[in-house]
Amino acid sequence: MANGTVALEEKSFYEESTNRWNKGILAWIFSTDHKRIGLLYLYGISAFFLVGVLAGILMRLELIAPGKDLFEPQFYNQLFTLHGVIMIFLFIIPGLPAIFGNFFLPIQIGAKDVAFPRLNLLSWWIYVVGAIMALISIVLPDGPLDTGWTFYVPYSVRSGTNISLAIMAAFVLGFSSILTGLNFITTIHRMRAPGMTWFRMPLFGWSMYATAWIQIIATPVVGITILLVVLERYFGIGIFDPTLGGDPILFQHLFWIYSHPAVYIMILPAMGVVSEIIPTFARRTIFGYKAIAMSSLAIAFVGYLVWAHHMFTTGISDTSRIIFSLLTFIVALPSGVKVFNWVATMYKGSIDPKPPFIWVMNFIFLFSIGGLTGLVLGSLATDIHVHDTYFVVAHFHYVMFGGVGTIFFAALYYWFPKMFGRMYNIKTANIAAALYFVAFNMLYFPKFIMGYMGMPRRYYDYLPEFEAMQQISTVGSWLMGITMILIFGSLIYSMKKGKKAHKNPWGGVTLEWHIESPPTLENFHEIPTVKTEPYDFSQLKEMDYESK
Amino acid sequence: MFPAPSNTVEGVDLAMLIIVAAGVVLLLGITAAMIYFVFKYHRKKGHEPKDIHGSVLLEAIWIAIPTLLVLGMFYFGYIGFETIRYVPDDAFIIDVNAKMWEWDFKYENGKDTDTLYVPVNTPIKLEMISLDVNHSLFIPAFRIKEDVIAGFETYLSFTPQQIGSFDIACAEYCGLKHSMMYTKVVVLSKEDFDNWYNEGEDAQQQSVPTGQAGIGQ
Ligand code: HEM
Ligand SMILES: [Cu+2]
Repeated sequence: MANGTVALEEKSFYEESTNRWNKGILAWIFSTDHKRIGLLYLYGISAFFLVGVLAGILMRLELIAPGKDLFEPQFYNQLFTLHGVIMIFLFIIPGLPAIFGNFFLPIQIGAKDVAFPRLNLLSWWIYVVGAIMALISIVLPDGPLDTGWTFYVPYSVRSGTNISLAIMAAFVLGFSSILTGLNFITTIHRMRAPGMTWFRMPLFGWSMYATAWIQIIATPVVGITILLVVLERYFGIGIFDPTLGGDPILFQHLFWIYSHPAVYIMILPAMGVVSEIIPTFARRTIFGYKAIAMSSLAIAFVGYLVWAHHMFTTGISDTSRIIFSLLTFIVALPSGVKVFNWVATMYKGSIDPKPPFIWVMNFIFLFSIGGLTGLVLGSLATDIHVHDTYFVVAHFHYVMFGGVGTIFFAALYYWFPKMFGRMYNIKTANIAAALYFVAFNMLYFPKFIMGYMGMPRRYYDYLPEFEAMQQISTVGSWLMGITMILIFGSLIYSMKKGKKAHKNPWGGVTLEWHIESPPTLENFHEIPTVKTEPYDFSQLKEMDYESK
Repeated sequence: MFPAPSNTVEGVDLAMLIIVAAGVVLLLGITAAMIYFVFKYHRKKGHEPKDIHGSVLLEAIWIAIPTLLVLGMFYFGYIGFETIRYVPDDAFIIDVNAKMWEWDFKYENGKDTDTLYVPVNTPIKLEMISLDVNHSLFIPAFRIKEDVIAGFETYLSFTPQQIGSFDIACAEYCGLKHSMMYTKVVVLSKEDFDNWYNEGEDAQQQSVPTGQAGIGQ
């Protein structure tokens, strides 16, 4: 494709604005370019992530010894709520689709932009409004909410903190998610380049497609649920509040009908990124393309049928517990299929374990632990014991942080040279990956053990027998803090000062590696015609790539 | 060997053992294969990569075997669960009221305590209701919990098998002092329990009448 000489005259999307401002902040916050919007999300989401990490480290500090160490119980309760809300609604749900989906989905399918660029900008603005509402709810006089990120009634109807504003923030953020989903589905249906059949689409596209459907179908449920809670708080309509004849468990059903599929909104895009990175660094085609693509859809749809596994101890009927347990085990299977296919993709490859690949190895290990411990939670007898204990806290950190969070970094390291046109220091990235592995397991593995020993979650204080393991975990959180400084420090430095990156530093073959780094405003000089499957490395011979 | 603290322990621990054992095998297998491939097929070794597009047989195998595995896990979870939920007809019933942030146990004869006393080797049924927000009665040593909800009754059943005292925690977040909502279940020999149960009958007269103890509103 584009040869080097043309590229020199071409301006990158950093230099070409889509609106009447050429430079400055307005040229960004009103830009309809999917790449600029992706980067806006990247900066905002990373900032929230770091705030969330800080809250996590503060909590771990309070837990360094039994009794009061730093602050009062109320502040601890607000802290884990804030941490959970930020991590879920502001970091991990929008994270990969909004950042990397926006930036790379159109490019990977050979499009100039998403189907509705202005709607895309609106989604970002809605995200900003939602985030601002969440921030305001923290500083208003009644104080930040203290319900946990799950907002369970009746507590959330009674608490005197700023519940309504905070959950309305989640309501607003939901719209951002729905509109992004709508945009991506349309983009994938309508904007694929000539020759880009469904089964020639990179697997990241498939995962975005499945995710987008969940965003559209599931998110309205949480929106309605939130509205009902707000109505309950102001008007006492008696839907959830038992003193008014309402049913508190109904809330949990509604909440999990969204929030369980939401965990697939989080994990599916990450799985898509893994399916991109492994072939590139193994330099061979993916093993089981269709199995991986179809398992995404299977997860998206079967994922709706398992919500009550969050409610095995709530007094729902024994029969429904048994059915939901069985279904939960079934939905574990497609995730297993993916892991097996990824590992098989390494077989007889030509593997160059550069940082993105190392991060993916971290992912496979941590996510497998998360997934396998999920089986403990799916099984009735064991869930009755470990539900609402640290075992669950460990499990979801392994899945969300060890799974999705790890891939957030893998994706950053993979696409960084494309997004910024510069390269980071490989050694630093590898050290960060190794540190991350140690820190992560130190921080969360003890929580599995504590959970099985009976340490409940959302506890400001604990019995003396947990002290040693709590301390190991706290030291792990410090190591994790250092790792984050290392990652963000080195990447921010490289954005400005890194060496110029080759347009195809890894020898990737999906469409983003055919274009300039950073890409031009319209991505392609002319829309490409696709003639091969997505991971056909025989084309590498004719491509311009960095070979060493 | 000592009996487990309650009849519910064994089923839970067995299911846990089976799931963890299978999980460890899978985890080690996946990790070992991955690391082995990275070394074996390292680019430095100069292999020509081979494009293998997949294998229907392999896909079938790694759907079928895990399916059998998870069905097995489901089964053991189910068996343990049946024990936990089983309530013998002659179970000794105790009413439990939870409120922010304390537990209240009411016995049929009008006794009313904040610590749970039970006789060993006797099936117990706790009939539980909350007076305010959701709570969850959790006895880690017995491996059981059940949420305590306002508006309808839930129950827990177990047969304590070991004399001693064990922690009761609240496992459903309930606000400020959620982490301090601890109490104990004290398992007494039958004689000790009877002595305790029947002592100071008179002193108990002024306590809450029995029967309607459960319903808060
Ligand atoms: C350095 C990083 C992190 C640390 C030290 C940390 C630590 C913690 C701690 C101590 C808790 C409270 C446990 C309890 O008392 O029950 C917690 C809860 C939680 N964490 Fe993290 N965490 C970190 C990163 C993350 C990430 C990356 C995510 C999501 C992607 C996440 C999601 C959550 C959620 C959803 C909760 C539950 C909040 C609730 O109970 O309402 N955390 N974390
Ligand atoms: Cu409680």
